[in-house]
Amino acid sequence: MAQKRLGKQTVVLVNPPSIISTATIVGPKEGEGPLKGYFDLVLEDDLWGEDSWEKSEAKLQQEAVKLALFKSKMVPSQVDYLFGGDLLNQIISSAYAARSLKIPFFGLYGACSTKSESLSLGAMSIDGGFADTVVCVTSSHFSTAERQYRFPLEHGNQRPPTAQWTVTGSGASVLSSKGNGPYITHITTGRIIDPGIVNANNMGSAMAPAAADTIIQHFKDTGFKPENYDLIITGDLASLGKDIAEELIVKEGYDISKIFMDCGIEIFDAERQDTHAGGSGCGCSAVVFAGYLYEMLKSKKYNKIMLVSTGALHSPTIMQQGESIPGIAHAVTISNER
Amino acid sequence: MDNINQKDYYEYVKKKMPKPNYVKNCIWAFVVGGLISVLGQIITNFFNVRGLSEKSVATATAITLVFLGAFFTGIGLYDKLGRGAGAGSIVPITGFANAIVSPAMEFKREGFVLGVASKMFVIAGPVLVYGYGSSILVGIIYLLLKK
Repeated sequence: MAQKRLGKQTVVLVNPPSIISTATIVGPKEGEGPLKGYFDLVLEDDLWGEDSWEKSEAKLQQEAVKLALFKSKMVPSQVDYLFGGDLLNQIISSAYAARSLKIPFFGLYGACSTKSESLSLGAMSIDGGFADTVVCVTSSHFSTAERQYRFPLEHGNQRPPTAQWTVTGSGASVLSSKGNGPYITHITTGRIIDPGIVNANNMGSAMAPAAADTIIQHFKDTGFKPENYDLIITGDLASLGKDIAEELIVKEGYDISKIFMDCGIEIFDAERQDTHAGGSGCGCSAVVFAGYLYEMLKSKKYNKIMLVSTGALHSPTIMQQGESIPGIAHAVTISNER
Repeated sequence: MDNINQKDYYEYVKKKMPKPNYVKNCIWAFVVGGLISVLGQIITNFFNVRGLSEKSVATATAITLVFLGAFFTGIGLYDKLGRGAGAGSIVPITGFANAIVSPAMEFKREGFVLGVASKMFVIAGPVLVYGYGSSILVGIIYLLLKK
C-alpha cells in the first residue's frame, strides 16, 4: 500500500528534499528580457564557441549543472542521479551533457513539461531513500528547436500572433536530503489531455486544459485552496493559453486569478522583443524557476508556490499525418516550510 | 477535462485567438512586393537599354533577382524583411531564392551531401514538383486542344 499517496494523482513527500542551489545560463535575447537580473550567465553569442547549435545546447546543460553544483561546493562525482531532458530528437542535449558529467543519468522527455517532471522524479528518489543528492536539469535552444520543429532561421516567413519563441537557456537545480529549503513538498503528476488542437503555432491552447486539469486535481487531492499559495505559475502557456487555463480553473470554483502567472509571459517583453504570445521550451520554466522564482523563495517574498511546467507532446511527423497535440502538465509544490 | 468537447473547445479558442493585423500585413505585403517588382522593372529596363534581346532580358532579370534574394538571405536580412512583409517577400522570385538558400545555410553543418544538398529543397521542393507537374499538364491539354 502506497503510504505517501494523496488522492488520485498526488504524492506528499514525507522527507521533503531541499533545493540547495540552482544555476541558470541563458541566451542574449533572454538576457535582454524583464528577468535579466536573475540569471547567472547571459551568453553574448548563442553558439558559445561551439561549431553547432546542438553542441552549444549540450554545453548549456553541462555548464548549468557544474555551476549549480559549484554553488553547493560539490562536484559531479558526489551526485547520485542526474535527471535531464530537452526538446531535441533522442534528447541529445541531455545525453551529451551527461556524457561528460559522468553522473548516473535518467533521460526524460516531457517536452516543455520536463522541468517539473525532472523535479518530481528527483524529489521522489530522495524522499524514497534512494539518493541523497540529485540534479534536475533541462534546456532548450531557439536555433535547435526552430530547425527541428519549424523553418530554417534565415527563411523569411511571418509568425502568427499565437506563435511562441523558444527560450535559449538551461536551468539546473540541486536537490538534497539535507538543507534548509525551499522544499519540494507535493507532486501532482499530470495526465495527457488532448483538446484536439492541430495547429502547432497554437500550443498554448493545446496545453491549457492539461494545465487546468492538473491544477484542479492538485486542489482536490490535497485539499489546498488558492489562498494557500503565493503563486501558481505555469510553464509556457503564453498569453492565450494562460487566459484559457485560468478560465477553466475559475469555472471549477478555484479562483486563482490573483496568484496565477506563466513563465512564458514573464521571460520576455512580448511587445519590445517581438516574441508574440510569449516564450516556450524546456528552458523556459527551467530558467524562470531556477533564476527568478528560486530567488523569490530564498528571499521569502514567496513562501509557497506551485510550478506547473506544461508540455505539448507532438512531433512534426505526427502533425503532418493529421494528429492533434496532446498536452500534459506536472505540478510541483515548493515551499519554505517542510 | 476528460469530457472536453473538441468542437466546442475549438470554437471557443477561435473566438479568443488574437487576430493578425490584416490591414497592416496587407499594406506591408503590397508595398514590399511592389518594390521588389519595381526593382525588377528597373533591372529589365537597364538590360534593355544595354541592348539585350527581349528573351535574354527576362532571363537576366530573373538571374539578378535570384542573386539579390540569395545575397540578402546570406547576410541575414531577408528573414527580417519577411517577418513584416509576409507574402510580399515570399511570392516574388527573390523569395524562391530565400527558400532554397536558407535551408542550404542551415544544414551546412550536417555536411555538403546529406546536409546542404539533400535539405536544399525542403521548402522549395513542393513548388518545383507542382510547378513542373502543372506545366506538363497544361502543355498536354494545350497540345490536345490544338489538334
